[in-house]
Amino acid sequence: MPGKLKAKIVAGRHLPVMDRASDLTDAFVEVKFGNTTFKTDVCPKSLNPQWNSEWFKFEVDDEDLQDEPLQVTVLDHDTYSANDAIGKVYIDIDPLLCNEAASVISGWFPIYDTIHGIRGEINVLVKVELFNDLNRFRQSSCGVKFFCTTSIPRCYRAAMVHGFVEELVVNEDPEYQWIDRIRTPRASNEARQRLISLMSGELQRKIGLKVLEMGGNAVVGYLQCFDLEGESGLVVRAIGTACTLDKLSSGSAPNTATHTHPNTAPASNACNSPSKDGKEPVFGEDLLSSSGPPTPFRALPTSSSSPPPLSPSKPCSRQSSSSDTDLSLTPKTGMGSGGSAGKEAGPLKTLLRQQTQTALEQREFPFFTLTSFPPGFLVHVGGVVSARSVKLLDRIHNPDEPETRDAWWEEIRQEIKSHAKALGCHAVVGYSESTSICEEVCILSASGTAAILNPRYMREGCLDIGIVDHRFEDPSPPSCGFCHIPYDELNMPFPTQLTYCYHCRRQKVPDVLFTTIDLPPEAAVTGKGCLIQARLCRLKKKAQGEVNATAISNLLPFMEYELHTQLMNKLKLRSMNALFGLRIQISIGENMLLGLASATGVYLTALPAPGGIQIAGKTPGDLSNEHHILTIQKRINDTIAKNKEIYQINPPELTEEVVGSPIPEPRQRSRLFRSHSESSDEVSELDLSHGKKDAFVLEIDDTDAVEDIHSLLTDATIPTGFNSCNTEIMPGIYNWTSAVQMFTSVRVFRLSNANLTNQGLNKIFTDLCENLLKSFYFKLRSMIPCCLCHLNFTVAVPEEELIQVAVTAVAMTYDKDQTQEKPAEKPITKGCIETEEQLQFPMELCADSSSTNTQLSSKISGVQETTNVSSRAASVDYGSFADRCSTWLELLRLKAHTIRRGSVKTSRRTQSLAHSVSSLERSSPVPDGRSRSLRSTRGFGGSSVTVVKMTPLSFLPGTRIIKYLGIINMFFIRETTSLREEGGVSGFLHSFIAEVFAMVRAHVAALGGNAVVSYSMKECVFMENPNKNQAQCLINVSGDAVICVRETDQEPVPSNIGQTCTSETDGAT
Amino acid sequence: MAMELDVFVGNTTIMDEEVYQLWLDGYTVSDAVKVRMEGGVMEECEASADVLLSDTMDQYRTFQMCERLLYSPAKLANQLLFQIPPHRQAILIERYYAFDDAFVREVLGKKLSKGTKKDLDDISAKTNVTLKSCRRQFDNFKRVFKVVEELKGPLVENIRQHFLLSDKLARDYAAIVFFANNRFETGKRKLQYLTFQDFAFCAGQLINNWTVGAVDNMVEDMDVDLDKEFLQELKELKILITDKDLLDQHKSLVCTALRGKTKAFNEMEANFKNLSRGLVNIAAKLTNTKDVRDFFIDLVEKTPSCVGQIHGRHQKLYLQNVSRLKRISSPAYFFPCLSPPPPPADAVISAPPVRTFSVFDLSAVIISSLSASLLESSVCKSDL
Repeated sequence: MPGKLKAKIVAGRHLPVMDRASDLTDAFVEVKFGNTTFKTDVCPKSLNPQWNSEWFKFEVDDEDLQDEPLQVTVLDHDTYSANDAIGKVYIDIDPLLCNEAASVISGWFPIYDTIHGIRGEINVLVKVELFNDLNRFRQSSCGVKFFCTTSIPRCYRAAMVHGFVEELVVNEDPEYQWIDRIRTPRASNEARQRLISLMSGELQRKIGLKVLEMGGNAVVGYLQCFDLEGESGLVVRAIGTACTLDKLSSGSAPNTATHTHPNTAPASNACNSPSKDGKEPVFGEDLLSSSGPPTPFRALPTSSSSPPPLSPSKPCSRQSSSSDTDLSLTPKTGMGSGGSAGKEAGPLKTLLRQQTQTALEQREFPFFTLTSFPPGFLVHVGGVVSARSVKLLDRIHNPDEPETRDAWWEEIRQEIKSHAKALGCHAVVGYSESTSICEEVCILSASGTAAILNPRYMREGCLDIGIVDHRFEDPSPPSCGFCHIPYDELNMPFPTQLTYCYHCRRQKVPDVLFTTIDLPPEAAVTGKGCLIQARLCRLKKKAQGEVNATAISNLLPFMEYELHTQLMNKLKLRSMNALFGLRIQISIGENMLLGLASATGVYLTALPAPGGIQIAGKTPGDLSNEHHILTIQKRINDTIAKNKEIYQINPPELTEEVVGSPIPEPRQRSRLFRSHSESSDEVSELDLSHGKKDAFVLEIDDTDAVEDIHSLLTDATIPTGFNSCNTEIMPGIYNWTSAVQMFTSVRVFRLSNANLTNQGLNKIFTDLCENLLKSFYFKLRSMIPCCLCHLNFTVAVPEEELIQVAVTAVAMTYDKDQTQEKPAEKPITKGCIETEEQLQFPMELCADSSSTNTQLSSKISGVQETTNVSSRAASVDYGSFADRCSTWLELLRLKAHTIRRGSVKTSRRTQSLAHSVSSLERSSPVPDGRSRSLRSTRGFGGSSVTVVKMTPLSFLPGTRIIKYLGIINMFFIRETTSLREEGGVSGFLHSFIAEVFAMVRAHVAALGGNAVVSYSMKECVFMENPNKNQAQCLINVSGDAVICVRETDQEPVPSNIGQTCTSETDGAT
Repeated sequence: MAMELDVFVGNTTIMDEEVYQLWLDGYTVSDAVKVRMEGGVMEECEASADVLLSDTMDQYRTFQMCERLLYSPAKLANQLLFQIPPHRQAILIERYYAFDDAFVREVLGKKLSKGTKKDLDDISAKTNVTLKSCRRQFDNFKRVFKVVEELKGPLVENIRQHFLLSDKLARDYAAIVFFANNRFETGKRKLQYLTFQDFAFCAGQLINNWTVGAVDNMVEDMDVDLDKEFLQELKELKILITDKDLLDQHKSLVCTALRGKTKAFNEMEANFKNLSRGLVNIAAKLTNTKDVRDFFIDLVEKTPSCVGQIHGRHQKLYLQNVSRLKRISSPAYFFPCLSPPPPPADAVISAPPVRTFSVFDLSAVIISSLSASLLESSVCKSDL
């Protein structure tokens, strides 16, 4: 069924001079859609041409409407020679296909040229007349709304959450086609931009179809990525969460009424490519047992025979699982047994689980890309689950059947799923996928947070959020419920220290909780949160192909282990007990691997207070050494005390006496489900778990350890007036004012010294990140008090000896006077009351809590009493660890030799736990305070350009989003052959980023919007060749275009603020 | 840490006014960093030299990218590349077009050509303004000159609208354009004591009264070129010194007007004839381009040395008076206008003085209204 696309070219301005003789330009415009092209008249001798063309009409299939962008090319007419291109504008018309989004695109667009950047602007008007297609077999999916936002968009209500959708399309990269040798860089860049635009359109359409099939009408948390695989092709893949959304306001939304056949869609539809592994020669037998529609009860206890003898790859989980699917015959479902065994836990839990499972079971992957949820959606959180796999890239032979790539992801998702099961969870939330590619080696990573969800949202005829369905509700209060362990305490998937929840005293909570999601708004938190980063560099020998892949997969577990240790240490150092928004990125370079883990540390009131950090020397005899250790210990204790002050962490010590629980012996338990491989014992010994009364012990036995501790202590403190986090909401700050400054910063560091050690590299990398943060604080000092939110670091190794770090974040001001109010006191008092009400069996359980107290206090005062209490259990024994690793590595290596070009894979799983107490019922993360003074950045009168705010968050403080206009997903290439003239690499990239912002703003403004939320820069690939004076950069950005109004207003903020600025501006002077 | 690449881009462009000034003043990045360190920003927010360096580089880059837009400030408001709040845009423009009086004094009245541009390094050395800043200022002059050259309408207003400048700055630019166009010689040693503001004042007077625009306000170049016709007519002023009656009448009118308003009144009265002759002679020669150029030198050189003394800083004449005379400047009107009494002293004094200046008489009004400031300054000197 066709639609009619209409475009009109109104005018141009600020065009570049194309004719040197006259210093003018004879411009005309070509408008192209699909294979149809229209031209305007030539507007002679003008830099500000007025074309005022007729309406160009394209009659096209709606399928094409979704795939193709409207392509507007501005050219300079030349009588004698070929016309010169000035630049292009690609307009994504997708937002016009959805009746709830924008109705017309109209505005000034920057004319972009991949060689010269922005060259003037053009005013274009675009409309679409769409005849709705109700054909069952249609290929289009117009009308499905897409959101980058990873929560339910603000002016919608989730009627139902259907679940995971994914798709990927592959193609040859034009840059690597033979034709690229003869065409100009401009032509090649444009071919690439166009192809990617087409591919994203196609991808979105296909995902839309899946959503319709599932009965949904929207995709939330849409995450689209590009893998530039070089020779082997170009992959565009996307994941998201299908939902049925109802518009909240009175407005439209006719089609959301009744889509009540969610589960009728066969599960296999959710993913059209899975379980083909069997046919893939390369992947042979391995996956057979684990793929296919799994039921939780199907967990094959027998298969637990042998997760390979791997070991400490993953300290986070305190138990690592790393398996090479191709090498070992071990199905990963082995893990499942642990999870399902947890069923005995409590009848309630079981019931709940069954309920949900029925809903979730039919889904191949019970994954959700959302990171924050409607209240009550999230029942329990298990911990982080993640999987990585190292693959060798091979040319994609048949782009129409991207089976290999699909199979790879399928494999990883299966693994994630089984990890979640092992944690007693049936779903994974905050799920994301990423890749890192270097030459022909590729690391695929996926991570998420294992969780138990409330089944309500999964079932049809679902309920209003307002109506609380108590039947299956866990009795735990929302402020701590999610911390309660989802797994069975007698059969824990990994060793941890359980205590009764400090908040409700009813359920068990772990001592530490790691998650990839945002802090639930209703969670009770003590003090403020802060950004915690673990950074790591590892050298690697240069190698090719399989050898390289093997080397990388061998290194991975160590990196994850160390990152986890760092995170844990830093967490303790800040006296916090939970991490949110955890994102671990591992990037490969030719001669090194970079690992960066970022998260926001929080003190969850429901979780026990973390112990201190204890330093232990290995050689007690040495006096000077002893002294040294004492000093370090003192410094650590001081830092902890200081941090407590900074982050206002003053947990209610009293309550600890009431709490207590029989502490399970982790080691024994863990053995229950751990395989009987020889590693299991060692693993548990290695185990980092510690009782809450035990300090976390660091043993200094070699220089490495000293280095580690130093780096721990040298983390720069945040200047007063600043806070930082990588989540949407900063725990402890509630009164945002309206000033917002989104920024992107990129740094590339060249390693000068050829023979660096790991330590040296680490230091450099750490400094790089720290300096970046310091820079931000300095630049944004005028916004104090302010918080850097959603700090998103991306690291890459673009070339040998280069480290690239890109950061996108937003700085938001808040009202200092009010911050102090909300934290500790209220929740605590309330917590106590609630505790008394609910707690039937208070005192006896807490045998050891008093000792915890004394110990805690002794820590702070710097006295070392407790060293021996826990050193064994909790120490990080570097030596023995290395031994074990090496044996395991050898094994891996041996096996690696046997594989063919295909895949080497390590996997890992992270689980962590913890929990907390509290009760503060904040239903909104951003309370009333923020409606004040929202004017500050809006103050710009008198410019003819619409002010467009951008933020990586899903909201703008002080404003209300009244309309989502559609997704912005743009891809740009910029290249230069005159690098020096453009101000060197920095000048080049600086203007490119500014141009990208400008183009995003222009598109949003043309849709009638005044802000972009959930903005992110997904890709920033920078390549330079200073010798040839050349550089090239690719940037991919995305976000949601919205109209927002000040919280108090009803009317949309006028999108065009004033028309002229001339007279007004000089009034100021 | 030395970065290979280091950029920071905000959605709203971040600009530090202090750094902007340093950039405008032509400091190199490293010098700017030093200045900033001494300024104490570091303590303010616990920054290190690295951070400061990186920040300064970023800002310098931003300014460089903005510079292109500042060439035609109207573009700044509707360009899409940088999102800058309007009040900030105004600051950017105003500061960019601001200039150093010391510098402008050197190029005032010179042709804004490549040749002059080549001499900028000498000027830079002489005035202690960095060469970079000199270039910027010179280019600004030239740019404004080029744009307004082809425009109709009042000069000051044109400058203000095209470059979005404040009224004060627009007037200064008008003076610069006017001087450059007429190539008034200002560089001679004898004129060194005059400041730019002195000349700017004179320029304002000349534009208002001596140009074509003073009569007809829709001509091209109306405020830039002197009214040839008018200059022709000035010749006829000679009658004021040749005709004894008119001389006396002239004298009495001037004396009435100035009595009690100047300390130097007595000397003025005593030397009136010489004074008048000197000024009228200058006026009569102004049809010659060369003499126009030397106008200011002549004023200083060719009027009796007592000019300085007869003028006083307390004397004020309201400008309207000058313009009125100008408008009736055809000879037919000219002489009759000797008879109307000068404006009442009260009005003169109570009117807000645009600037302190002196005047000695009707004929001199034409000349002296502009030479006034020269004279004033010369008095200051002689007072010493």
